[in-house]
Amino acid sequence: MKRNRRDSGLAALMLVPSGVILLLFVVYPLIKAVWLGQQRCGVTKCTNNGFDQYLDAFRSNEFQDALIVTAKYALITVPIGLVLGVALAVLADKYMRGVGIFRTIFSSTVATSVAVASVMWFFLLNPNVGVLSEWIGGIAKTPGLLQDPRSALWAVSASSIWANLGFTFIVVTAGLQGVPKDLYESAYVDGAGGFSRFTNVTLPMISPTLLFATVVLTTRAFQSFGEVDLLTEGGPLGKTTTLTYLAYGSGLPTSNDDGLRATVSVLLFAVLLALALVQFRGLEKRVHYGN
Amino acid sequence: MAQVRLQNITKQFDGVTAVEDINLDIADREFMILLGPSGCGKSTLLRIIAGLEDPTEGEVYIGDTMVNNVMPKQRDVAMVFQSYALYPHKSVQDNIEFPLKVRKVPKAQRAAAAIEAATSLGLGEYLDRKPGALSGGQRQRVALARAIVRNPAVFCMDEPLSNLDAKLRGETRAELIALHRRLNSTFVYVTHDQVEAMTMGTRIAVMSRGHLEQIGTPQEVYDKPSSVFVAQFVGMPPMNILPAGSLETGTHLVGVRPEHLRISPDQPLSLQVQLVEQLGHEVHITGSVGDRRVVIRQDSAAVMPAVGSVVQVGAAENGRHRFDAVTEQRIAE
Ligand SMILES: Nc1ncnc2c1ncn2[C@@H]1O[C@H](COP(=O)(O)OP(=O)(O)OP(=O)(O)O)[C@@H](O)[C@H]1O
Ligand SMILES: [Mg+2]
Repeated sequence: MKRNRRDSGLAALMLVPSGVILLLFVVYPLIKAVWLGQQRCGVTKCTNNGFDQYLDAFRSNEFQDALIVTAKYALITVPIGLVLGVALAVLADKYMRGVGIFRTIFSSTVATSVAVASVMWFFLLNPNVGVLSEWIGGIAKTPGLLQDPRSALWAVSASSIWANLGFTFIVVTAGLQGVPKDLYESAYVDGAGGFSRFTNVTLPMISPTLLFATVVLTTRAFQSFGEVDLLTEGGPLGKTTTLTYLAYGSGLPTSNDDGLRATVSVLLFAVLLALALVQFRGLEKRVHYGN
Repeated sequence: MAQVRLQNITKQFDGVTAVEDINLDIADREFMILLGPSGCGKSTLLRIIAGLEDPTEGEVYIGDTMVNNVMPKQRDVAMVFQSYALYPHKSVQDNIEFPLKVRKVPKAQRAAAAIEAATSLGLGEYLDRKPGALSGGQRQRVALARAIVRNPAVFCMDEPLSNLDAKLRGETRAELIALHRRLNSTFVYVTHDQVEAMTMGTRIAVMSRGHLEQIGTPQEVYDKPSSVFVAQFVGMPPMNILPAGSLETGTHLVGVRPEHLRISPDQPLSLQVQLVEQLGHEVHITGSVGDRRVVIRQDSAAVMPAVGSVVQVGAAENGRHRFDAVTEQRIAE
C-alpha cells in the first residue's frame, strides 16, 4: 500500500514533462483560440464581443459559402483520390509485383510539398504556357481553368488529388499486402472472376484501410490551404474560398481581424470533429476488422 | 465421370524444379492421397490439378478432357485449403453459398443448398455467425461445406486437418471417409501424416523431392515399400534398415519393421539397449546394432530387457525387406 503510493507519486513525476508540453502546446492554444474567437480585433488591440460571435459567424454568408465550397472540394477530391489510389495500388500489386520502380513513382507525390505541387500545377494549368490547357483545347484557353469560375475548384482539386495520390497509394498497397493469397485462390477456384474477387475479397479485406484513408483525406480537404493560396487565392468570385482560406487568406472581410480568423478556425475544428465522428460511426458498421 | 490423369507433369519455379515427370492415374471416385515430407511437391501437384498452377510440361486430364488451358471455374474442382480460406466478413451461410452465388444460382435455391450442406456437417446452428466466432474444427467444416455445396467432380484438399488437435483430427478423419462414401466423388488429398494416409486413402501416392516413389493401396505400400524412403516414411516407428551383411550375407540392405524384430537368445544380431519406452499398449525398445539405430516394438506383456543390457535380435524371413545398397530400391523377390 505504502509502496503503491510512492510508485504513483513517481509516476506522476514522470508524467510531468509530457503533461507540460501538452498543456503548453495543445490545451493552452485551444483555450486561447476559443477565447480569441469571441473578440474583434483591430490592428493593435482586441475587444470582447461575446460568444454569440460564433453563432453570427456561422450564419454569415461568407462562412456558409466557404463551408459549401469546402464540402464540394472534399466531395470532389476524396472519392476521386480514393478511386485512383485504389486503382493504382491494385494494378501495381497485380501486374507489377517486384517492379519497385512503379511503387517509387506512384508514391513519390508523398515527398512533394504542397508548394512544389501547386507551382507545378500552376504552370500545367496556365492558359498561355500550360500543357494541360493546350490539350484540353480552346475552352480552357480563355480565361484559363484556374481563372474561370466554373472550373477553378476542379482545377485546384486536380492539384490536390495528385498531391495526395502517393499517400493513398502507399496506404492501400500496405492494406493489400495483408490480404491472404488463399482467399483469392479459393474464390478463383470457386469460379469468381476478377471483378467478383475485387468486390468479395479485396474491398472488404481492405475496408479498415479505406476508412482510414477516407478520414485522413477528408480532414486534409477541410484543412487544405496551400493549393488555394498559391493557385487561386480564393478566387475567382470566391469560388475557391475554403474554410481554411477564410481563416488564413488575404483580401477577405476576415483578413484584418484576428478575432474573426479565430472564430472561423474554431468553427472549422468543430466541423472536422463532427465529420470524423460521423465517418467513424457511419462507416464502421461496413468495415471488417479481421478476427 | 471424373478420373484425373497426370501425364509427364513437370513444374519449375524460376528454374527450381518442384515436381518432375509425374505420371499419376486417379480413378473415378477414388480417395487418392498424396503423401510425402515437407517440400516434396504435394501442394504443387494438387494446385496443378485445381488449375492454380500451370504445369511447365505435361498434360492434365479431368474426365476425358485435357484441361491444361481450362480455367479452374470450368474444371468442376473444389479446393479445401489448409488455412480454410474463409471470407472473414461473410457469415457461415454466405461463405458456403459463395461458389453458387458466383455461378448465378437463384437465391432461394442456393440458400437451400447451403443449409443442407451445413446441416450435413453439423453446422446448422452457426449459419449466421462469422468465421471469427467459430472454433478451428467448425471453420474446417465450413470450408468442407463450401466445397460440398458445389457438388464438384473432384475434391482437392491440402492438409485440411493439420490445424486441428489430435482428438478432433481423429474424429474428422472418420467423417471424411464417410463423406467420401456419401458423395461418391473423386478425392485428392494432400498430407504429410502417414496415419491419415493409411486410414483414409483408397490409394496412396508417396512422393519425395518432386518424384513419385510409389503408388499403391495403403496395405501394398506398407507391406511392400518400393524403396528405403517409402519404407521409412510409412509406418511408425519407421522401418529399421540394417547394415549390409549383418542379418543376411550379401551387399544388399535388409529392412525390418519394429514389430517384426524378435528378441531371443538364438537370434544373430547383438543389440545394445539404450531406451525402453512404455506406451501402455506396447513397448518401444531402442538400441543400436553396429552404428545403426534400431527400434523394436513389443506387447507390453513381453519381458522387458534392462537399459544397458545386450540382447540378441533377428527377424523371420517373411518380416524382411531387401533393398539395393546403392539405388535403395526394393529387390524383387
Ligand atoms: N510459388 C513458388 N515459387 C517458388 N518456389 C515454389 C513455389 N511454390 C512451391 N515452390 C517450391 O516447390 C517445392 C514444392 O513445394 P510444395 O509447396 O509443393 O511442397 P509441399 O510438398 O506441399 O510441402 P508442405 O508439406 O511443406 O506444404 C518447394 O521446394 C518449394 O520451395
Ligand atoms: Mg503444401
